[in-house]
Formats: sequence, structure tokens, C-alpha cells
Amino acid sequence: MRRLEAHEIGAFLAAQRDKQTLRFITCGSVDDGKSTLIGRLLYESKSIFDDQLASLETESRRFGTQGANLDLALLVDGLQAEREQGITIDVAYRFFASEKRRFIVADTPGHEQYTRNMATGASTADLAILLVDARKGVLVQTRRHSRIVALMGIRHIVLAVNKMDLVDYDRATFARIVDDYRAFADGLGFATIEAIPVSGLSGANVMTKSVDTPWHAGPSLMDYLDTVDVGGARVLGPLRMPVQFVNRPNLDFRGYCGRIAEGEARVGAAVRVVPTGATSRIASILRGFEEVDVAHAGESVTVTLADEIDISRGDVLAAGEAPLESADQFEGRLLWLNEHAMTPGRQYLFKLATREATATITEIKYREDVDTGAHLSAKTLAMNEIARVTLSTSAPVAFESYAASRTLGAFILIDKLTFETVGAGVIEFALRRARNIHWQALEIGAASRSAQKQQKPRCIWFTGLSGSGKSTIANMLDKRLNADGRHTYLLDGDNVRHGLNRDLGFTEADRVENIRRVAEVAKLMVDAGLIVIVSFISPFRSERRMARELFAAGAFTEVFVDTPIEECERRDVKGLYALARQGKLKNFTGVDSPYEAPERPEAHVRTQETTTDAAIEQILAALT
Amino acid sequence: MNSLEAEAIEIIREAVAAARNPAMLYSIGKDSSVLLHLARKAFFPAPPPFPLLHVDTGWKFKAMYAHRDRMVAESGMKLISHINADGVAAGVGPFTHGSNYHTDVMKTQALKQALDARGYDVVFGGARRDEERSRAKERVFSFRAANHRWDPKAQRPELWNLYNTHVRPGETIRVFPISNWTELDIWQYIHVENIPIVPLYLSAERPVVQRGGQLLMVDDERFPIAAGEKVELRRVRFRTLGCWPLTAAVESDAASIEDVIAETFGARSSERQGRLIDNDQPGSMEKKKQEGYF
Repeated sequence: MRRLEAHEIGAFLAAQRDKQTLRFITCGSVDDGKSTLIGRLLYESKSIFDDQLASLETESRRFGTQGANLDLALLVDGLQAEREQGITIDVAYRFFASEKRRFIVADTPGHEQYTRNMATGASTADLAILLVDARKGVLVQTRRHSRIVALMGIRHIVLAVNKMDLVDYDRATFARIVDDYRAFADGLGFATIEAIPVSGLSGANVMTKSVDTPWHAGPSLMDYLDTVDVGGARVLGPLRMPVQFVNRPNLDFRGYCGRIAEGEARVGAAVRVVPTGATSRIASILRGFEEVDVAHAGESVTVTLADEIDISRGDVLAAGEAPLESADQFEGRLLWLNEHAMTPGRQYLFKLATREATATITEIKYREDVDTGAHLSAKTLAMNEIARVTLSTSAPVAFESYAASRTLGAFILIDKLTFETVGAGVIEFALRRARNIHWQALEIGAASRSAQKQQKPRCIWFTGLSGSGKSTIANMLDKRLNADGRHTYLLDGDNVRHGLNRDLGFTEADRVENIRRVAEVAKLMVDAGLIVIVSFISPFRSERRMARELFAAGAFTEVFVDTPIEECERRDVKGLYALARQGKLKNFTGVDSPYEAPERPEAHVRTQETTTDAAIEQILAALT
Repeated sequence: MNSLEAEAIEIIREAVAAARNPAMLYSIGKDSSVLLHLARKAFFPAPPPFPLLHVDTGWKFKAMYAHRDRMVAESGMKLISHINADGVAAGVGPFTHGSNYHTDVMKTQALKQALDARGYDVVFGGARRDEERSRAKERVFSFRAANHRWDPKAQRPELWNLYNTHVRPGETIRVFPISNWTELDIWQYIHVENIPIVPLYLSAERPVVQRGGQLLMVDDERFPIAAGEKVELRRVRFRTLGCWPLTAAVESDAASIEDVIAETFGARSSERQGRLIDNDQPGSMEKKKQEGYF
């Protein structure tokens, strides 16, 4: 590479400025040679500096798998654990440029347990290079990755049949793999599939066409990446700008900051805020320090409006004549990312563009077999599984289908306790169901029923291990309240399981549904003016939280009946612990199913340190 | 270029929307200069709603302190400068204690002290993925446990531009808005936007000593000149700035940003080569990061 001369710099800067950026991922099964291929692209495009080359030589001798030769995979396997184990465990981003384009590459993991990292790389890419080992052909992981790539909306595939040097550049082998793959990929919705025979190791067909494959009529990999058109005929849609931040330094300025997702913003144009429905006109647009008349999709701007209307983070500014829809019931596809399985009915945090809400998966319509695409029934969704689901959000959300907008059609789910990102999904359409079931306005309200009974209706929720003494204390409390002239009702776990919930077992999914139903029943009863005592093991924090959130503040009292498991097991009133220990009873709380103790119960009853009477007084004190 | 700028501004705003008590780590270098410029654009006409945090080691180049004070005045932002007082009291320095120990006490420990003392939950940094191999794998929103450690195997998946900004008690987030920029992007942006940088990035005659194959600048009288070494004036510049005894100069005639771009484009050695701390041991940057280095 030579130094630029002073007079060339202007032209160089202009050329750089106009270069298109192509974001792509590489994926495929483990040992298909992804890291070596990217290492080859970096090496050949002169993106590797002298000192990096020097340390590559050192490390090739130490960890390399190529004998005396450079092991190019070591250039991209960034983390020490990977260098030592020789595998890629996390997505790595790499940058290189040709004369025509600049490239951002996400090198993604091949091992099954790291599929979620692959989805991460795919979510921002426009093209996927799918590697296949010429000796092995299309594998389960090839199909799995293709489905994830399709789910993430990538429409352009390069099928790189790698390690061609190991099959003597055999044309028939290549043709067979390409036919296999095309047969599989038909119906996944890819716009283009370009098959190229390559060798990351020898460099064949990577930068330039190889003499070893005279039968290959297509371009080299690099030539293809330089020229492929991933934009397609994208129509210019109407304005959509999710509001990120309201900038209000003083009373004279109120700017709405955001990145334009679709369309363009123009001074004077009518806008509508979704979902609030307020309307106004764009008064000014700031792009950085500069005031502009028009701004386009992809730009980060600050917009001021002609009218003072109430807009918050999470709202979407839309073209006045073509606002987008908002809804709280959706159908879409979900990829699960977490070790802890997804359970319908459980609440998660939901983020779509800049809007956050809580959401539950209401139904798994079917799970998709990643290998065959077959529709399978499923009650829960394990890590790396894909399903078609329906979901419901706690508030209306402005959205587009993912096919129409990658920004307004994609969402993530976040666990409410660990805050891990547990799911990634795309919206296909809104369900009209909820819209047609309107709330029936009732003439007699909760307030009048409460006044008639002269009591404050509430839910007192007992949680604790089996045998901890919940039922005993709950019964005593019920008697005491009844004696005081209160209108009460006791919902006991065992009794409800004989009737309303007799279709449910003890798997995690069934436990979640068990609690959901009981919480809803308790809510109806509280609405009717009763004091409801619920006595359920209710082992999971997230379901107890879900129950709590159904009630008004102050109308839910959590009582933790805290008895150590050794003591519960010693008592073993119903003989259940003995059965569980013998393995005759599955999913028994405290034995082979977890109990998550409350962190801040309103009443914490330590049964070994107190009497039943004292416990009742403690609970009554917590009610006021 | 435009899409990199828009992406960085989007990230900065997203982090501020989620933060309770944000701050921007300001190292005075070229990446920090770009980051500061982007933050000012993101919130214009208001100044960015957070302070600049400078972790001082007492060994920065004099020209860096001057530039820092100028930028603080110009941006209207508050400066929080923190130095590890224990390290100063113990006389810790790169010449006497070696680069590893100096960096640990005066940078890594000092940064933790500053973050703990001020309770920042979101801290912006100017790291880029093209700088070093372990950085290539770090998320834009990177979580640190209560002891500031980075666990590369427990990173949250980061999909689309949907950043999960929820922190558990005691956790903090490091946010890297210019993750996807390359060194060339940085220089081009400085050129196009006319961003002020420390003059040390441009070539001038400076007093240097040749040691261990590297050119070290004599910035003040604390430089212990060994027998056989001599201070000479050479035309040099710096590709990266840190503590002056740990940052080697390169011989260069690039006296303008255009010259630097021409030189960078033709560069055959990566920019962190001038940083002595990276070469202490194999995988050394990853180890420093796990211990809490930015």
C-alpha cells in the first residue's frame, strides 16, 4: 500500500464518503471454516496491520492448526478462551473495505448453544454468507441458521461451499450441495441465493476467480459482495419516527428527538402522534447543529411542532395523512434466547422501537421444527426454538409489520427479575379480538359494593412451601375476620385444583396457569366486595408479581409463611415429601422444582419463632 | 459516515433516556473528542445532560490538560476530574512502578473509585470494535457487575437497535456509541466536522528519547534519562494519547488532518501499537477489561 499524495486526498475523501456500507453475517455449522474465511477476507483486503500480522505469526505457532502456515482464524477469534479451544463463542464485528464498498461483518458462532448470538448478528445484517463444508453438505445447523436468517428478515444468501480443496474442487459435489440447499430454502422467502465454491484455506474464489474451478461461471465472493444489490425496489413510505427523548432545556424549546425509521420529515408537514392521536405540524427540524427543511429515514434529528401537545418517549410521530396502527394483541414469530423456557401467561417486559410495556405470550400456535419446518405443538418454548405465537401487551403499541419496517416490527422480551434479554420476535399483524370485546361498563361499581359491606375489599395472598402451615394460619385468619363481621372467602390451592383447575398438572407451565386463574378469580371476588384469602404454594416470584399487579395499590397483601424445608419435610402432614424423595412425585416444590422466596412480603411469618395467634395479629397489623 | 453518526446519536439518546445518573468518560484523545462532538449534536440546542469524567493519572501530556480545559469551557459541560489519591501518596508512576502496576492503580482502580464515589449508572466510553480483538466482541451496551468486572460469556444478546437498558441492583452500564467506527472514520469525521483535537496528533519537532525500539517524548523533568540515552529533537506525532511515558511517538511529517488521513490510509501498523500496556502479556487487553479497565 502506498502513501497518498497531497493532491489525491480530496478525491480519496470524496470516494470514502460515497462508499456504500454492506452489513453481512457469516454463519454455518461449527468447523465449517467461518473464521478462516473472514480472516482470509481481512488478510487479502490488506486490513491487517504489520504488528497484528506479527502477533498472528506468534500465535499461529502457539495455538495454530495450520502447522508452519498462518492460521487466519486466529485473527478473528478474539477471546482467549476461543483461541485456546479453537472455537468461536461470541459474535465478533469486523471491518474492512474494498475500492467500492465498506463492510461490517458479524462473525457468528456455529455451536448450537450460541444460536442466540447468531440471531444478534443477523438482526442488523442485509446479507448472510452461509458456509457449508464441501465434505459434509447441508447439516441441521445449516437449516437452523437459514431459518433464523429468514426470521430476521435477511433476503440475500451467499451459499459458500467451503473446503473445496479437500474434495479436489469437484464440480459434482458442489452441484449436489447447491441442489440440496435450494430444495430446502425454497419457501423461506429469500430473494437471491448465490452459490460460490470457495476455500478459505487456499483462497480459491475468495478474492478472485480460481483456476481450480474453471467450471464455475459466477463471480468470486469478493466480486459478488462488491456488486450485490440488497436494497431492492424499496418504496418510500410515510413518515415514522419513534420518539426517544424529549429535549426541554428551557420553556422556549421543546424538541422531540429520534431516528427516522421510515419516510421523510419535512417542515410544514402534518403529523399525527400514535397512539395518542394528537395532531400538529412540523415547525422545525434540527440535524445536529444544523437546521434543515427535510430529513430522511436513517437520520437522527430533533423535531419541534407548531402546537404544544403532550408527547412522551415511546410515542411515534407519523405522517398526518397516513398514521400507523396501534394495538395490544399481536401475532408474530418468536425466537427464544434464554435457558429458562418461555411459558405462556408469564409476564415479560416488552420493547418495540422506543416503547416499553409488559407483555405475555397468550398462545403458542405452533413450534417450527428448525430442520424440517414442520409445525409442532408446544406448551413452552426452550432456548433456540422458534414458534408462531400470539401476544398481548399491557398498553396499545404503535407498530408496523416486520416486513414493512424492521424498526417498528421487531421486539425483544426482557425477564422482569433478571433483566436478561430472553426473547426476540417480529410482528406479522395485529389481532382484532380484543378490539371487538369491549369492556362492559357496569352500573354498580366496586365502590358501592364496598360501601354496602362496610369493608375494604382486598386480597391476602399466602405463599410458602407445602406443609409450611399456610392453610392452618389462613383458616384461623378467615375465622377471625368472619367473627369480626367481615365478608370473606378462602381460596385454597388443593380445593381449587379439585374443581376449576383440575385440568392442570405440576409442570412449570401449568403452575403459571394455575396461579393466573386463581389471581383472576380473586380479583373478581375483590371486585364483588369480598376480602379474599388465597392460600397457594405459588412458588414463582413472577406469578406473584403478576397477581399483585391485578389489584389496586394497597389492596394486595403478601404473607410469606416461612418454615424451613427440613421442618416441612419432618412434619410431612400429607406424606408428599416422602413420595417426592422416592421419585414418585415429580416437580415437587422444594425437592425438584424451585421455590423463590418473596423479597419484600407485607407480612413475613417465621413459624418456628411465633405462635399462630401472634401470626394472625402480625397479618392484621399489615392490613392497615 | 452519515449512518455512523446517526447510529451513535441514537445510542447516546437511548442511554440518557434510561439513565438515572449518566457521565461521559473523557480521555481527551481523538475518540473522546468525536464522542463529545456527537453528544453535543444529540442534545443541541441544550448542552449534553451529563458531566465529563476525566480519570487523571498525573502523567498526561501537558497539551492534553490544556485541551481538556478548553473543551470544557466551550461545551458548557461540567468536568469531574478524579485522581487516585492513594496512588499519588504512594508515589506510583510508570517509571518507578512499571506500566502494569501504574495502569492498574492510576487508571483501573481510579476509575472504579470515581464510579463508586459518584454512583454513575451509565458511563459513555469511546471504545471501537476495530481497535483490539476482545473489543470486537463487546456489546454497545456492556454490563458490569457490582465489582465492575466484565464477563464476556454472559453478555446479553443485542438485537437490532433495541438496547436492553435495565440494570440489576449494583450493576452499571458502559455504553460505546462509536463501536462500529474505524480509525479512518474517526479521522474523516474530525476533518469534515472540523473537530478540535490535541495538537500532539499532528507532527512537530519534539524532544524524544529512543528506548526499547520506541520513541518516548520528554514531557517534563520526571523522565529519568538513562546512561547512553540522549534527548533529541525529532519530527514526531502520536497516533494515540495516554500517559506520556507509556505512549510512543511515531516519526512523521503529517502536520495537518489531511496529512494524517493520507498517512493513516497508508498505515501498516495498528494504532494501539504505540500503547505499551497492550503488549505486556498475550490477551492482555481482555484481562484488563475483565478487571474493570474501560
